[in-house]
Amino acid sequence: MSPRDVKVVLHLFARSARLQKKRATLTIASIAWGTVTILLLLAFGEGLKRQLSTNEKAMGENLAIHWPGETSKVWKGLPEGRPIQPRIDDIAALRERIPEADVWGEMRTGRTNMTYGRKTVNGQLSGVNWIYGDPRKHFPRPGGRFLNARDEDEKRRVVFLGYELAEDIFGKEEPVGKTLLINNSPFTVIGVMEKKTQTSAYGGQDKNHAVIPITTYKAVIGRDRLWVLVIHSKRSEDMEEVLAHANEVMAARYGYDPKDDHVWGIWNTVKGQAVGDKIRLGMEIFFGIIGALTLVIGCVGVANIMYAVVKERTREIGVKMALGARRGWITGPFLLEGMLYTFVGGLAGAAIAILIVTLLDLIPQEGARVLQFMGKPTLSWPIGAATVAILGTAGLLAGYFPARRAAAIDPAATLRYE
Amino acid sequence: MTPDTRIIEMQGIRKVYDTGKVKVEALKGIDLLVTMGEFVAIVGPSGSGKSTLMNLIGCLDTPSDGRYRLAGEDVSKFGRDDLADVRNRRVGFVFQGFNLLPQISAFENVEMPLVFGGISPKKRKLRVEELLGRVGLADRMEHKPTELSGGQMQRVAIARALAMKPDVLLADEPTGNLDSSAGGDIMELFTDLWNQGATVIVITHDMTLARRASRIVEIHDGRVVTDKPVAA
Repeated sequence: MSPRDVKVVLHLFARSARLQKKRATLTIASIAWGTVTILLLLAFGEGLKRQLSTNEKAMGENLAIHWPGETSKVWKGLPEGRPIQPRIDDIAALRERIPEADVWGEMRTGRTNMTYGRKTVNGQLSGVNWIYGDPRKHFPRPGGRFLNARDEDEKRRVVFLGYELAEDIFGKEEPVGKTLLINNSPFTVIGVMEKKTQTSAYGGQDKNHAVIPITTYKAVIGRDRLWVLVIHSKRSEDMEEVLAHANEVMAARYGYDPKDDHVWGIWNTVKGQAVGDKIRLGMEIFFGIIGALTLVIGCVGVANIMYAVVKERTREIGVKMALGARRGWITGPFLLEGMLYTFVGGLAGAAIAILIVTLLDLIPQEGARVLQFMGKPTLSWPIGAATVAILGTAGLLAGYFPARRAAAIDPAATLRYE
Repeated sequence: MTPDTRIIEMQGIRKVYDTGKVKVEALKGIDLLVTMGEFVAIVGPSGSGKSTLMNLIGCLDTPSDGRYRLAGEDVSKFGRDDLADVRNRRVGFVFQGFNLLPQISAFENVEMPLVFGGISPKKRKLRVEELLGRVGLADRMEHKPTELSGGQMQRVAIARALAMKPDVLLADEPTGNLDSSAGGDIMELFTDLWNQGATVIVITHDMTLARRASRIVEIHDGRVVTDKPVAA
C-alpha cells in the first residue's frame, strides 16, 4: 500500500464510520461478549488447573510409596511366598546407597486413644523420620514446628497434629505446648499442620493423623516393622533410576530376585502427575475450544453485518468505482472497519473480564469450599496471547470476506437506473 | 483533423455477454470517432446496446473484441485498477439516477473524485467551491443530497463529473428523472459546458434533447445505423 492508498482509505473510512454509530456499538458489543466468554472460560480453566495441581501435590511430589509384600519367585534356594518385612535399620542402609533421594519409613496404628483433659479421641498415629515433614507438606502453623533430628535421635515424646485432629481434641484451645496422652503416654504438642486441600492420600488424609518420631513410636508401641517405605526423588526424571537402585539394595539385604515385582506394591506419584498433567491440558484445550467457538460466533456476527453493509451499499460502491476508486480503496475501509470493531470489542471484553476476575479474587477462599476445589479464575499471558491471536484472525476474516465481495461488484451493473 | 484531437476512437467494438447457456451479442461491431469539443447524442430504443456502449466508452467495462483508444490510450486490455485510474482522470459520469452518495454532503460528493485523484485537501476545497459555484449551488455545499431537489442533485452530479477536468463528459439519460423545466435547465448547462469547450456525450432516447447536440449517432441492434451532424 502506497501512502496515497492509505490517505484515500482513511478518508473513505472517516466518511463512512461517522454514519453508523448504532451498528458499530452492537457489533462491538458482540465481539466484547465473545471476548469476555473466552477469557472467563480460559481463566476458570487455568484457575481450576492450578488448583487441581496444588491439591494433587498437597500430598507431596515425586514420591514412591512402597508397601511390602511377599516374593513370587524362587531365589538362590529360597522358596517363593516369603514375606518381606522392612525394618527401621533398612532406612540408614538405603540412604547410604542412594544419597540422591530422601528415604523414610512410616509406622502406623489406625485407632489410638488420644486424651486431653476429659476428652478422648480415636486417632491415627504415624511414626515417621523427621525428614518426612517438607516433602509430605506437613507445614506447621505459626507458633509451632515439625519434628526435627533431635526429636528423632533422643526419642522425644513430641507430637505434630493434623489440623482437624487437633480441633477434635483441643476444640478452640491452642494445642502447641499442651500435653496429650497417647496410649497413656504423655506427649507434648509441638506443632499443628497448616490447612491444605488434599485430593490424593495413602492411609487417610493428613489433617486427621498425629505424627511422632519413628524412634519414639518404636519405643512406645514396641514395633520395628515399617508400614510403608517411602522414597522421595529430588527430581522427577530420576525416579525410575532411584527406584531400580533401591530395589537392588533391598533385594541384596532380603535375598529376593530383583526382577520379582510382587515384593513391593509401589505407588509412583511421578506417573500419576504425568497423567494429571495430560488431563489438565485436555481440560484447557476443551475450554479453549468452547471459548474460541463463542468468539467465532461474535465474528460471524461482524462478518454478517459487513455483508449486509456491502449489499446495502452496492450502488455506492459502484459509484465510487465509476469515479475512479481502485479495488484496494473499496476493500480497505471494510477491512479497517472489521478490524476496528474487533479491536475495540476485544479491548472492552478484556477490560470486563479482568474486572470480573479481579472481583472474584476478592472473595476469600478460606470459607468457600467450592473455591478450594475449583480454584480462582486466573488470567495469564498465554491466555491473553491466544485470545489476541484468535480475535486478530477472526477480525481480519470478518472484514476480508465482505470486502472481497465489495471489490467484486461490477460497477456497470449497479449504476443503471432501476 | 489532427490525431491529438481524437478523444474516442472505437474500431470494430464487439461486446458479448455470456449468461451461461446463451451468449448475447450486445454490440456487433461499432466504429465511432469523437473529437475534442464535440457534443454527441447517442440515441436508440431500449435494448439497442446504448448502455453497453456507454459502459465501454466510460471504461466501466472492456470490449470482447475490437480496439478502443481513449485520448490516445489503448484501454481495451486494461486491468481493473488501471481502468479505475482512467475513469478518474478522463471520464466524468452523469447518471439518470444522479448516483450521489446519500449520507455525505454535496461538497463531499464533489470532492470524492479529487480524493481518488490524489489532490491535496487545500486544492480540493478550492476546486469544489469553484465547481459548485459554477453550477449555481454555492449556497448548498453542506446540504445532503436528500435535502436537494432533483435538478439540484443533477447539478451536484455534473459538478462532480467535472471535478478532475475530464476529457469527456458522459451523461446517461441525464434528464430522465427530472421534470421538463429542470431537464431543460440541465440541458442548458450541458450546452454551456460544450460552448466552453467540453466534449460531451449524451445517451438518450429523447429526440428533442438529442437535437441540442452537434451530432446524433443512432444505434440499433448493436450497430450504428445513422451518424450525422445536427443542422444548426
